[in-house]
Amino acid sequence: MGDIDVHALRSVNLELYKGELVVLLGASGSGKSTLLNILGGLDVPTSGEVFYRDHNLSIDDDAELTHYRREHVGFVFQFYNLIPSLTALENVELVTDIAEDPMPADQALRLVGLGDRLHHFPAQLSGGEQQRVAIARAVAKRPEVLLCDEPTGALDYSTGKLVLEAIERVNRELGTTTVIITHNAAIADMADRVLRMRSGQIAEVRHNEKKASPRDLVW
Amino acid sequence: MKTLDRKLIRDVVHLRGQVVAIALVVACGVASFVAMRSTYNSLLMSQQSYYESYRFAEVFAQLKRAPDSIASRISEIPGVGTAEFRVVADVTLDVPGLNEPAKGRIISIPEQRRQMLNDLYLRDGRYVEPGRRDEVLVSGAFATANSLKPGSTLSAVINGKWEKLQIVGVALSPEYVYEIRSGEIFPDNRRSGVLWMSREALGPAFNMKGAFNDVALTLAPNAVEADVIQRLDDLLTSYGGLGAYNRADQVSNYFLSNEIGELQVTGTFIPGIFLAVTAFLIHLVLSRMVATQRQELGVLKAFGYGNYSIGFHYLKLAFLIVLGGVALGIGAGWYFGLKITALYMEFFRFPVLRYEPGPLVISSAVLISLGSAAIGALAAVRHAAGLPPAEAMRPEPPARFRAGFVERLGFHRLVPTSVRIILRNLERRPAKAMLSIFGIALAVSLLVVGFFLYFDTIERIIQVQFDMAQREDVSVTFHEPRPANVKYDLAHLPGVIRVESYRAAPAKLRFAHRTRRIALLGLEGTADLRRVVSKDFEPVTIPPDGLLLTSQLAEILSVRPGQIVTVEVLEGARPVRDVIVAGTVDELVGLSAYMDQRALNRLMQEGQTSSGAFLMVESSRIPDLYTQLKQTPAISSVSIPEVALASFNDTIARTINVSTVILIAFAVIIAFGMVYNGARIALSERGHELASLRVLGFTRSEIGFMLLGEQAVLTLVAIPVGFALGYGIAGLITVAIDTELIRFPLFISARSYALAFLVVAGSAFLSGYLVQWRLRHLDLVAVLKTRE
Repeated sequence: MGDIDVHALRSVNLELYKGELVVLLGASGSGKSTLLNILGGLDVPTSGEVFYRDHNLSIDDDAELTHYRREHVGFVFQFYNLIPSLTALENVELVTDIAEDPMPADQALRLVGLGDRLHHFPAQLSGGEQQRVAIARAVAKRPEVLLCDEPTGALDYSTGKLVLEAIERVNRELGTTTVIITHNAAIADMADRVLRMRSGQIAEVRHNEKKASPRDLVW
Repeated sequence: MKTLDRKLIRDVVHLRGQVVAIALVVACGVASFVAMRSTYNSLLMSQQSYYESYRFAEVFAQLKRAPDSIASRISEIPGVGTAEFRVVADVTLDVPGLNEPAKGRIISIPEQRRQMLNDLYLRDGRYVEPGRRDEVLVSGAFATANSLKPGSTLSAVINGKWEKLQIVGVALSPEYVYEIRSGEIFPDNRRSGVLWMSREALGPAFNMKGAFNDVALTLAPNAVEADVIQRLDDLLTSYGGLGAYNRADQVSNYFLSNEIGELQVTGTFIPGIFLAVTAFLIHLVLSRMVATQRQELGVLKAFGYGNYSIGFHYLKLAFLIVLGGVALGIGAGWYFGLKITALYMEFFRFPVLRYEPGPLVISSAVLISLGSAAIGALAAVRHAAGLPPAEAMRPEPPARFRAGFVERLGFHRLVPTSVRIILRNLERRPAKAMLSIFGIALAVSLLVVGFFLYFDTIERIIQVQFDMAQREDVSVTFHEPRPANVKYDLAHLPGVIRVESYRAAPAKLRFAHRTRRIALLGLEGTADLRRVVSKDFEPVTIPPDGLLLTSQLAEILSVRPGQIVTVEVLEGARPVRDVIVAGTVDELVGLSAYMDQRALNRLMQEGQTSSGAFLMVESSRIPDLYTQLKQTPAISSVSIPEVALASFNDTIARTINVSTVILIAFAVIIAFGMVYNGARIALSERGHELASLRVLGFTRSEIGFMLLGEQAVLTLVAIPVGFALGYGIAGLITVAIDTELIRFPLFISARSYALAFLVVAGSAFLSGYLVQWRLRHLDLVAVLKTRE
């Protein structure tokens, strides 16, 4: 049995602009996660180049990539990935402790509407609340890039919308370049730009003339 | 093979690092069990069969001199089985190749070989020939230490003259399995040995023709030992009897039985530690495995696997983890048993000491290990079996944390967030944390106790006994008590700088109904070479009147200072006197009763008399002195503490080195097993969390700190706990080994603590490093996609 090379991404050319909100749509296996991993400095392409400003992200250098993630990127995961042994506030502080110019942790939590849940442990929060803590954790260090991987994937309709509102607010108020990957096409309406991926390639690029408010999204 | 069993094997392969760590712990437990148990069995069996086949006597008595006619009266004492009447004499020996004079004990044997009590096993050569008066047999350990063989010669002072003796055989006797002289704590086989000579040759030479001075006898069935001893004493009183005693007080048997007893205790205690650690580690690993395989369990149950087969599946897993260790342990135990037995052969002389780890020992080792695996697996197996399938299919609910004790006190602002993670993880499962601490503390305590026994105790005893108490270069004993002015003769011997005489007399001390046979030692009031030193290094002055007893002896007699004891002297005119106990002293070695030499002379109703002397000698003249002493027939024995000590150090150095290596290996394996498994399980539980942190930009060393910090805290807490535990166990040992022969001072040096710390902290660090290395392979991408 020989291993077969599978190209997750092929000839992708993409530029992200400061402050824009991009939604990356695609079915599973379309390559959107691989793209996000590369953008987030979790993975490097086998060929081709990726630059964040003057950082070359295509070189597999663990220390360099860790530094990039630490200084410039905020991550929001599908399953929140909070530290169960830390309270909401502490989960955010964990990141602000190592950031250069963070906002106060409680301010980040207020930004996502959790000012009254600061001292709750993850096990004491609902899924939507946990995801909003995760957003607060991601943005508290004032990252230039916020990467959200299926942020509503594990949430119900109304909670999902609350989470999207939080992301939209961060993008608008802090000017953070934001990429949301999702297979939920309805979310695309809140983006400045929508990229649709298929078989490892960007199949379609769409600019929304008028962004919808997350509150008005329906799915 | 069933598919479920195939899963079992793959699970074991997957967990190989942890399986190896646990298997090593099991192997240590099994190896120590097999080695010690089987050595215990072989020693005990060899002792029993040797005593039986070579008719080791049950009651012993020494006396001054009794005519052979008394022999039949002794044989007629009700309860006496067989009796042997012998001549025993202590002489000075000149051994080829040895500068200093050696001490010999010559024991009479029948000229014609016949069955006798304390019969001889001829290891080499032949029995003495009738009519050949210069032929002797020598004892095994003495022969080996001096390379004496049939055909070798040595000289002994017999009847005031040097006689050349022909060695015709090397013999072993159940009476001298351990060749040590009464009153000594270390054997010195180079300078002290036993010789057997025909009664016809020995009797006349020591004025014992038609007489005897030593009795050994066996008891008839149903005889009452105490009765026999009493009657024997009554009979021998008028012949200078020194008091009869039983096997328990027979020196060689005392040491051998003590050793066998200790082997039994350590052979239970040491494996017990390992099996307890095994059970705990199996518990950790299986509980974690059931948690990670929760959904698989749900699927298996949904497909119809019963609770019984699921439970049994995990039990088998526990057995499989342990079995490798059992196999390794049996092999290693067998090997170490052989080695230990070989070591024992150097101290204890048996005709045969066969090492046979019997099937019972092996099967017990297997059963006990499986038992401890089963105990460890119990909770996990019950959890797996009892989990309802629907619940098992759902992921485990998120772990619940709460602010810990320290934080509720308001200190949490003082510690960084990463430290808070560590503390909360510990506080969430206090029982697990406690057991981990206890396990690591066991490793620490094992080292502390080992170093205490091997280094601190021996050093302290040597320091007190040789540096402070026995400060003479040479001590000499006279055949017969001599007038005190013999001091001046001794002072003229080559190189002698200082002489202090002493008077020693066998006596029986009586207080109320309690009695004790003891040698009264009368020292000069101004004695400086031989001093009485307490275990706290305090020299004690001997009172001008009355007795100074060791605390142990005072305890045996239940007597306090100020009370009066009856002293029955068993020598000379055998006076019986009431003497006040003037004080007690806590000594480390032996039972002693000290008096001022003049006071003892008064008690004995004699003029100034000495039994021997302690000499301080110019070291350059020592060879001349030895030559002179060998030619002084009045001296029956010469002791050289320094040489005896050096020979002891040589003998035990190897034993101690081996034991130290084994001990350190044991402790490393326990500490490694605990920390490595703890960290691996923490990695498995929190790998997802740590990978998330890596994605958020934490470096490998930062998450390494969060992961291993927990183990570091456990280890750092465990070390002082282990110190305390070790101190406690050492305390128990000092109570347990509070024998008449020796007391252990409860003193543990800073060096012992420091070594224990280094070994355990080092192995913890090593296991942490190995786990830290795995952090390289955390799958950062997976955490984005999977729920824990």
